[in-house]
Amino acid sequence: MVELVSFAFVRTTAPTLSDSAPVPHLTEQSRMSTPTQLPSFWSRLSLAFGTFFKTVGDAEFAARVRDDQVGPIAAPPAPAPTPAPTPAAAPAPVPVQLRETTPDAALQLLTLLQREARLIDFAHENLAAYADADIGAAARVVHEGCARVLKDHFTIQPVRTEAEGARITLEEGFDAASVRLTGNVVGKAPFKGTLSHRGWRATDVRLPQLAKEHDATVLAPAEVEL
Amino acid sequence: MSAPVNARYAIGIDLGTTHSALSYVDLEASDGEQTAHGVLPVPQLTAPGTVEALPLLPSFLYLPHPDELAPGELALPWNTDGDSAVAGEMARSRGATTPIRLVSSAKSWLCHPGVDRRAAILPSDAPEEVTRVSPLDASTRYLQHLRRAWDNAHPEAPFDQQQVTVTIPASFDPGARELTAEAARNAGYTSATLLEEPQAALYSWIQGSGGVWRKQVEAGDIVLVVDVGGGTSDFSLIAILERDGKLEPHRVAVGDHILLGGDNMDLALAHLVARKLAANGTQLDAWQMRALTYGCRGAKEHLLADANATTWPIVVPSRGSKLIGGSIRTELTRDEVTTFITDGFFPRVEAGARPATRARAGLTQLGLPYAQDAAVTRHLAAFLARQAGATAELEGFEGRVTSEHTFLHPSAVLFNGGVFKSGILAQRVMDTINDWLYMEGAEPARMLEGADLDLAVARGAAYYSYARRGGGVRIRGGTARSYYVGVESSMPAIPGMEPPIQALCVAPFGMEEGSELELPGQEFGLVVGEPVHFRFFGSTTRRQDQIGEVLDFWGPDELQEQNEIQATLPADGRTPGDVVQVRLHALATEAGTLELAAVARDGQRWKVEFDVRTTP
Repeated sequence: MVELVSFAFVRTTAPTLSDSAPVPHLTEQSRMSTPTQLPSFWSRLSLAFGTFFKTVGDAEFAARVRDDQVGPIAAPPAPAPTPAPTPAAAPAPVPVQLRETTPDAALQLLTLLQREARLIDFAHENLAAYADADIGAAARVVHEGCARVLKDHFTIQPVRTEAEGARITLEEGFDAASVRLTGNVVGKAPFKGTLSHRGWRATDVRLPQLAKEHDATVLAPAEVEL
Repeated sequence: MSAPVNARYAIGIDLGTTHSALSYVDLEASDGEQTAHGVLPVPQLTAPGTVEALPLLPSFLYLPHPDELAPGELALPWNTDGDSAVAGEMARSRGATTPIRLVSSAKSWLCHPGVDRRAAILPSDAPEEVTRVSPLDASTRYLQHLRRAWDNAHPEAPFDQQQVTVTIPASFDPGARELTAEAARNAGYTSATLLEEPQAALYSWIQGSGGVWRKQVEAGDIVLVVDVGGGTSDFSLIAILERDGKLEPHRVAVGDHILLGGDNMDLALAHLVARKLAANGTQLDAWQMRALTYGCRGAKEHLLADANATTWPIVVPSRGSKLIGGSIRTELTRDEVTTFITDGFFPRVEAGARPATRARAGLTQLGLPYAQDAAVTRHLAAFLARQAGATAELEGFEGRVTSEHTFLHPSAVLFNGGVFKSGILAQRVMDTINDWLYMEGAEPARMLEGADLDLAVARGAAYYSYARRGGGVRIRGGTARSYYVGVESSMPAIPGMEPPIQALCVAPFGMEEGSELELPGQEFGLVVGEPVHFRFFGSTTRRQDQIGEVLDFWGPDELQEQNEIQATLPADGRTPGDVVQVRLHALATEAGTLELAAVARDGQRWKVEFDVRTTP
């Protein structure tokens, strides 16, 4: 439902179909049905990458992602998860520590994904207009390029080495940041369960260095052939 | 050119046609054949304002337009002195869309005898306003980039205090060797030595085996090194001798310079696929053609690595931002790869096959002299046949070659170069050689395992730097050619015929480095202030000729004419026009180059130049 509404919202700017379709009405409806204005595809993509970095770099934020089932975008803005009840000895409430991430690394990754995989081009396409065979051909470019970027700039390993579907036991004191419990989460450790996803961990990040004057917001320069 | 005393590292540099790399051995952590080694990640621009450290430095130089890049976008971790030329990955990728500003294959130009290699001639198709560079200058810049990368990473061990080796193709003539040494000097390499690439590949294999190589080869083995790089193919034969109970590799023969490599293969496939697309009405522009070449390389690698795959899709992405509508999908089939690569470049030919040559049209001089026959196996057959007698005089090899052998029988093969990442191609070469051996009733040759195909040359060069300090196994062999100057014979002149010439041996085969020989008996009169030219010849097969020997006749394959050489006596202290009697000396330098010198009776000496500026 959300996807459909968002699609209609984007389409208001498209020149086609606007005569016959009651677009203003749909737009109105979308405003009424959602609490805030929905982000466009593009800004969702950028949000997703920002979130990726924040999740990797910020344990508290990652914990929030894990804990609330909706995701960070719709998370209530203010209250960070209060750590386990602290002894009342603390004289004053400690101010919440939130890190600001610089957008440079995210912009850099987007640049790489556009250069190697044409990801921004791909995400901006309207898939409805094309046959699956055409989309498949483009997807090869995107897939191959994304794989190259991941391989060249990250070392990514599974969090758990066991095969998915295997029964595993989590001893007391397991790393809750890297293993997420789902389903019937009751009782206390050791927890026994089935591994449904192995998880991924970036063990190394090798992003290029940037020149001081480099404008990272240019994700791909316009090309002019002389 | 003395070896640095306080070196902490032995450094090896692979100055390749398409890629360069720097490898090193830590001298303090190495002992005997156990070496601690690594490959230096080379910081380089990968896009404007973006610096990445990659294991390989693409050997490309881009000469940007003054308005092309925003200021500060060319910053590197070291001071570039405002030099705007870009080396490395960004040069390659940017040059793909602006080829008129891209210098590529500088190394092939460096050994192109038809051009002045110190003249600013590259890029050869650049318009007037582009400031061109010389092949020598381009090579200097790659070497300089590597030196700065090292100094940036190892401020505690400055580059010019380390033991450095730079590799060259075994087929390089004395002129090209000297130019490489000169490029190294210009780049601030104070004590670099040169090493032939196939030898470096064998050193790397020896190093990689950690001592086990003695179990994989034995005395009496003849190792054939087949090195097919991005732009050149290079062959060498290395015999394994036993001296004082120790195995000692001897390089006994090197091949001719063949401009044929992996890039030719990718291009051949791209043209095949482009023709297929054109038949369906899709015309590709130059930009798409390059993307297709890139796609073909990937498809070729997949199809040649996986024997079960029958087709591999190729997508040429659109140039504009409409990725889906504008991309062209096609595919490469196994049959095409087999026909064009396996059978086209590595056909199963007979041992008697020879590469086809045709007379060149007069205008081809402007470009690089690419090999006319694309079949690597035919070049290989010709090489082994020419070297049939290479081991005849070698200690321990007497009587092993009979008159029935039409070619030299290798007993082991070492592959080098990215092309052989495909097991199918390596196997094809092995099968072809073993067919030849079978036809002459010989045992099949075996493939030496464990070669590192991309970085072997750099690693081997570092190992050689290390071995020169007494640390490990050394390959012997000396110079791989004998050299001759042409002298007019004293026959009566016949009208309408050029006077026949004789070849006077001035440097025999197998001169060990550091040795100097004087041409006996013969003195030449040089006129002060006037350059004297000699015709100059080299031979990879005439091993017995001693210095001073005069040849009246030689087979068409035996002697190859090189560029003219030139001796000029400067006028300082002498009267121009005077004739000075000199003797020729040949010197195999420690640095791995050959020098000819004219020595007067009073001991004064002048260098004879191999690289004479040719006036077009």
